[in-house]
Amino acid sequence: MAASEHPAVSKLRQAFGDKILDVYTFRGDTVVVLDRSVNVEACQLLRDDPDLRFDFLMDLTAVDYLGFGRVPRFEVVYNLYSFANNLRLRLRVPVPEEDPVIRTVTHLWKAANWAEREVWDMFGIRFEGHPNLKRILLYEEFQGHPLRKDYPVNKRQPLIGPIN
Amino acid sequence: MGIRHWLGDNFLTTRVDQVVAWARKFSLFPYPFVTACCGMEYMAVSAAHYDLDRFGAAFPRFTPRQADLLMVVGTISHKMAPILKRVYEQMTEPKWVMAFGVCTCTGGFYDNYATVQGIDTIIPVDIYVPGCPPRPEAVIRGIMMLQEKITKMRQEY
Repeated sequence: MAASEHPAVSKLRQAFGDKILDVYTFRGDTVVVLDRSVNVEACQLLRDDPDLRFDFLMDLTAVDYLGFGRVPRFEVVYNLYSFANNLRLRLRVPVPEEDPVIRTVTHLWKAANWAEREVWDMFGIRFEGHPNLKRILLYEEFQGHPLRKDYPVNKRQPLIGPIN
Repeated sequence: MGIRHWLGDNFLTTRVDQVVAWARKFSLFPYPFVTACCGMEYMAVSAAHYDLDRFGAAFPRFTPRQADLLMVVGTISHKMAPILKRVYEQMTEPKWVMAFGVCTCTGGFYDNYATVQGIDTIIPVDIYVPGCPPRPEAVIRGIMMLQEKITKMRQEY
């Protein structure tokens, strides 16, 4: 499906105008790049619009573009699916390094709860309004966020035993 | 000759250490500390086809307090390390540890922020069985080597 044919694209454009930074298709999947000021509103529209009904948050993750020369450095990615209409949509939301905060979507999809905690754990992107934003995989004593590209690849933080 | 000469063929003579070692090496009660894919291989080796029971080591105890062989099967993360150490400390003497699979031996290819680079950095290990995962024959070989080690140990009782 070409990006212009995707029913979500026109609705998002109409609702958010220049907050839609880019729209394109990659290998048959439509991708919308959004400004982070409207991430919750856009998700709400995508979930609740009767023609769209994106009721399934398939995945929520992040990317660190350090070394790609990109500004802003991070991107939070939402992969959405609509069971009712058999539609897929990927949202990409740039998040700057100096203020790595984005609003939570846990009130829209419960699946976002653990996914956002994982993004916080691995990338250090905070989710404003998250009910329980603490590390999910690593231990509380861990310093830093290991999937950031500037986390030293050989840095070890054992709870017990030697650093090896 | 010695005492056998006086007692005839009605008695066997040995040393207490040897009897105890013989008993211990054929009644290893393993505690399977299974964290990853090696667990499938552990199941294979302890089930009927490879039959670890032939070596007296097929009666898994699911509490470390009743076990004397700690089989660490699978990747150990730094978050898991204190738990593994605690399990080891709960076991009663005599106790032995088998590092099952390359992740427990050295960390394997998980050379990263999350993984313990060999469980011997946390607890003492008696026998290493490398492989990803090790074949059942390798595990059996490891058990036999451990039995040999037990017979050569000084027995405390």
